[in-house]
Amino acid sequence: MSVSARELWTVIHGMAFGALFLLAFAGGLAGLYSLRPEWVTVAGLGERLTRLKFGLWAMAAIAWGTVLTGTYIVYPWYRAGDPTSPRSILLADPATAEWHRFGMEWKEHVGWIAPIAATVVAYAVSVYGSRLAHEPKIRRALIWFFVASFVAAGIAGMFGAFINKVAPVR
Amino acid sequence: MATPTQSMSEERPLPNGAVAAALLAGGIGAFAVGLMTVLAEASEAIANLLRFSGPVGPLSGKTTVAVVIWLIAWGILGVLWRGKNVDFGRVSTAAFMLLALGLLGTFPPFFVLFAAE
Repeated sequence: MSVSARELWTVIHGMAFGALFLLAFAGGLAGLYSLRPEWVTVAGLGERLTRLKFGLWAMAAIAWGTVLTGTYIVYPWYRAGDPTSPRSILLADPATAEWHRFGMEWKEHVGWIAPIAATVVAYAVSVYGSRLAHEPKIRRALIWFFVASFVAAGIAGMFGAFINKVAPVR
Repeated sequence: MATPTQSMSEERPLPNGAVAAALLAGGIGAFAVGLMTVLAEASEAIANLLRFSGPVGPLSGKTTVAVVIWLIAWGILGVLWRGKNVDFGRVSTAAFMLLALGLLGTFPPFFVLFAAE
């Protein structure tokens, strides 16, 4: 049983970072959604906010880690010019070429929207803190930005998983 | 003893400028990702200019430029709107439109419409 360095970095990019971000989303969304004065006590709000701020900054850092490892470590192996690279393998067969032309082309670009949106949400929650409970407009806008971050990461993650199944980075 | 609602409402209101600046800058950053994707597709010369890293290719430049645009926009808006209240409805609408355009710009069936011959 062995794992090559390339396979290990692919796992770090997709599972340690990417999947962790997607899994943490539900917690962040629940935290943002429930920041309402009628639902939580002052003490509860304080405890919840500390956890939420830490969680959102951790998610933003994880999202940056995902795109940086993906773009600068894994992607060069994927797109290498030799005929054994995953990109070359996918494009060589008309039956699999769309995995690159549609899947990879979308994944490599849309993924970068996730850390930008996640950082905005983390910053806003840090600045506004408990006042967000009384600012439904701002809270709603942040929730939708957070959802956009999840959608972008989800598209990138889904195509990453499929493409690595069809033509793995080895 | 104060009720939770009373205690929280006693907090000093915070101008919304800082959050509005972050949100609009986020929209601008997302739009920049989409715009750079379209521009690199439309022009071979631009794609070559964006090859900041050889092994990564134009993706390195597209994303670096987009992140720089995002941070500059955030810095400028943050200074302009610091301590101020802005029309949050209009700002957030603009931010979401830019975000949607950014997502559209990264969608392959859309950006190949601009592909260089």
